[in-house]
Amino acid sequence: MSGPGAAAGPGWQRDSSGLSVLAEEPHGAAPVDFLQELPSCQSARRRRGGTQERRPALLGTAGSRGNAARALQQEKGERRDPSAREYTGCMAEKRIIRDSQQADTEHSSEWEKWRRTSCKSLKKALSEVKGLSSYLVLWRHDIHNIEGKYGTGIQSYFSFLRFMVLLNFINFILVFSFVTLPTIISKYGVFNSTIAYTSPKNIDNICTIYEPNDNKGVVYFYTYLKDLLSGTGFLEVTSLFYGYYLIDAVLISITKYNLPLAYLLATFAYLALSFLWLLKRSVEGFKQNLVHDADPFQSYCNKVFAGWDFCITDPNAARLKHRSLQYELQTDLQEERLKQKIAERTMEEKLRIYSLRVFINIIVIAILSGCFYSIYRVTVFSQEDSSDSDNANSLVNLLVQYLPSIVITLANFIAPLIFSILIRFEDYMPAFEIRMTLLRCVFLRLASIGVLLFSLWSQISDCRNDKCEPCGYNYKLYPCWESDVGQEMYKLMIFDFIVILAVALFVDFPRKLLVTHCSWKLVQWFGHQEFEISNNVLEIIYGQTICWIGTFFSPLLPAIATIKYFIVFYVKKIVLIHTCKPAARPVRASGSNFFFLVVLLIGLLLAFVPLGVSIAHIPSSKACGPFRSFNTSWEVIPDTVLLFPKALQDIIFGVTSEAFAVPLFVILCIIMFYVIALDRAHKRMVEQLREQLVLESRDKMFLIRKITEAQKNP
Amino acid sequence: MGGSASLIPRDLLGEYQELTFLSKQEILLAYKRFSELLPKDERENGWSARVPKSQILTLPELRANPFQHRICRVFSTSDTRDDSMSFEDFLDMLSVFSDSATSDIKSHYAFRIFDFDEDGTLDRKDLEQLVNCLTGQGEESRLSSEEMEQLIQNILEESDIDKDGTINLSEFQHVVSRSPDFASSFKIVL
Repeated sequence: MSGPGAAAGPGWQRDSSGLSVLAEEPHGAAPVDFLQELPSCQSARRRRGGTQERRPALLGTAGSRGNAARALQQEKGERRDPSAREYTGCMAEKRIIRDSQQADTEHSSEWEKWRRTSCKSLKKALSEVKGLSSYLVLWRHDIHNIEGKYGTGIQSYFSFLRFMVLLNFINFILVFSFVTLPTIISKYGVFNSTIAYTSPKNIDNICTIYEPNDNKGVVYFYTYLKDLLSGTGFLEVTSLFYGYYLIDAVLISITKYNLPLAYLLATFAYLALSFLWLLKRSVEGFKQNLVHDADPFQSYCNKVFAGWDFCITDPNAARLKHRSLQYELQTDLQEERLKQKIAERTMEEKLRIYSLRVFINIIVIAILSGCFYSIYRVTVFSQEDSSDSDNANSLVNLLVQYLPSIVITLANFIAPLIFSILIRFEDYMPAFEIRMTLLRCVFLRLASIGVLLFSLWSQISDCRNDKCEPCGYNYKLYPCWESDVGQEMYKLMIFDFIVILAVALFVDFPRKLLVTHCSWKLVQWFGHQEFEISNNVLEIIYGQTICWIGTFFSPLLPAIATIKYFIVFYVKKIVLIHTCKPAARPVRASGSNFFFLVVLLIGLLLAFVPLGVSIAHIPSSKACGPFRSFNTSWEVIPDTVLLFPKALQDIIFGVTSEAFAVPLFVILCIIMFYVIALDRAHKRMVEQLREQLVLESRDKMFLIRKITEAQKNP
Repeated sequence: MGGSASLIPRDLLGEYQELTFLSKQEILLAYKRFSELLPKDERENGWSARVPKSQILTLPELRANPFQHRICRVFSTSDTRDDSMSFEDFLDMLSVFSDSATSDIKSHYAFRIFDFDEDGTLDRKDLEQLVNCLTGQGEESRLSSEEMEQLIQNILEESDIDKDGTINLSEFQHVVSRSPDFASSFKIVL
């Protein structure tokens, strides 16, 4: 016997952990025969129903059709009976399997037969419905073409746009049918409906004065245009804004429809619907259980085995895809080598890089604060200027009204450029660089809306010098402050739309013409535009967050958003087809989808904050809107609960009290710790099983070698 | 549309719906595209004729695909091994690549397509050929040998559970089930 230092025999080596390991051996030699005859191989083959007829017949065993069918019948007891189409074989084999399945069922009971036939007819009906409804899918053909020519990364952007159109449409239907429709019905007296006004009690009359400038009398034509663009004048008194919904209840024959409650509940309903729909969509694309800590999007197996988009039909697109795959693989391999170099950095290099990063982050924070402060100042200026306006009809006044939107758009345009320059000094890995820049841009976009709203509130609740004494808010400047906030959101949305159209018309197309026809070096270095998916998606998310926040103050905003995204789809499609060159660095569909949905979820959660503050904290305006007779908008709910029967009231008050919430929190914490412990135990088990599999495989190969040797030398 | 519906008998259509993952409209569209590949005189009996490989590769869905030869080889049931496809083979192919096919079936066929030497496992040579298919056919589009070595090492590290240097079907299915892109990329819709 050799000592522990030597390997176990000829052809064996020691691996890093000291175990004997077979040297690499080319396949096609003797071991393959044995491997195919192993019981595990045979049962796997039988279970999947695959045949080996089309393979070179080294393997004589489970090859014939009859064998496959018979073996299936043996296995049938072990698992749920799958339908014939789930077998991996050609059509003829599937027929045989289906016939044998049917032959079997002849022996089963009546009830089994009935269950089987009803299952089958149900499946058939469902597939018919699915086939028909696929025609109803919006833009199916367009998106299919885009996928064929540009790959799944860009196609995911357009699917996302389609999802936005649908989401906003459903939100609009929800809010319209529960809030706007009853109001309109009662105002025009359809179905013999009447309105119930309750005069607000304990309110100083001074708080209820509200005279929107309705443009009665002779006005210039451009006043209408200005009103359309800024939501004032004739638009302010329409159902577009909060101020229109002045009524307290609608009485249709005998039923009393509580409009304030409906308004608030419709708001919660569309927020909850959006949240649940987004969650469902993000989980759909991400059904992996992350037993391993590795990032599933960045794994090499994902890039190689799922690398090629089989739906590409255009040879040019295929060529580009080849190139981008090559580039991506080479970059990733390079990054890995870089990681090793980074791990070998000296202490002083690390110190230098970390201090540089801290410094640059300080610069980034400074830039962000600069942007936010300018947004705040501009909003305050614009509000003050529009409230004491002498020349209410001039172009300058319109510009001042749009100043917050202009500043936000400029900030969102310039800051990302600065970020992408700064991040090069921070010496991160390329993939991390992209993510970091994206994160900063997302934060800028969403926080600028927050800053705008915060500055609006600081104006509305500006209570120095007793400005808001009787009413709780600055009633002189803002008799109907919800309509004002609604107007700001409306302006943001309109301006966003105008910017998208203007950029397409005045930047994208001229750039394409310039690069195609002008051969100056500078112009050629600028080059054709790439379709930047992340920037476009951030645009959408920004618009959608505005819509979510704004719908409470302006119930018809989802309709405007639907129309806006509908038009934006066609604009972006034309820009893509006519001006863009495909991106050098590919974007993967699944990674992008998940990223879009996560950022959209963040936007939605961020939208909860301003809405929460408006509904629960700031007193509702007493001059307009459905919540005149309440202190804050939220008070509708406690008031309604007080009308319920006593038992139900007690339950509801019990559930929302601290005595219930604290134990619930403690129980949830315990459950969470239990689940974390379970997860850790599972991870450990999986590691152990993997090690065991490796050992078993080594044993198997060892035994096979021994048998082969023994066969050769009898 | 109505014309091609009358060329496939109703019970055959129902059988195809039962045995594949395609809907009725998809089967009819497939029939229409398949019969366009046949010469005019053979179009009457579309479902019993075989289309030679060169014709199949003129389909736009396949002509830009680097795995076109493997796809024809895997799905063809021709006895003469000339990779010609009948209509049923064509339907089988579309069924596996359709949206509603289960991920089990897709991964099984993906394994067979990637197994270039058809020995039942993906070894280093198969992986090397696979990566070369992905990056393109020219000389300058291939990875260098060190890069290829590094890449194959990484792939085997991630997917070879029993560390025998090859990827068998179960390991492949396991690693592909955790790949988020697979379902959306392994798809052909006419």
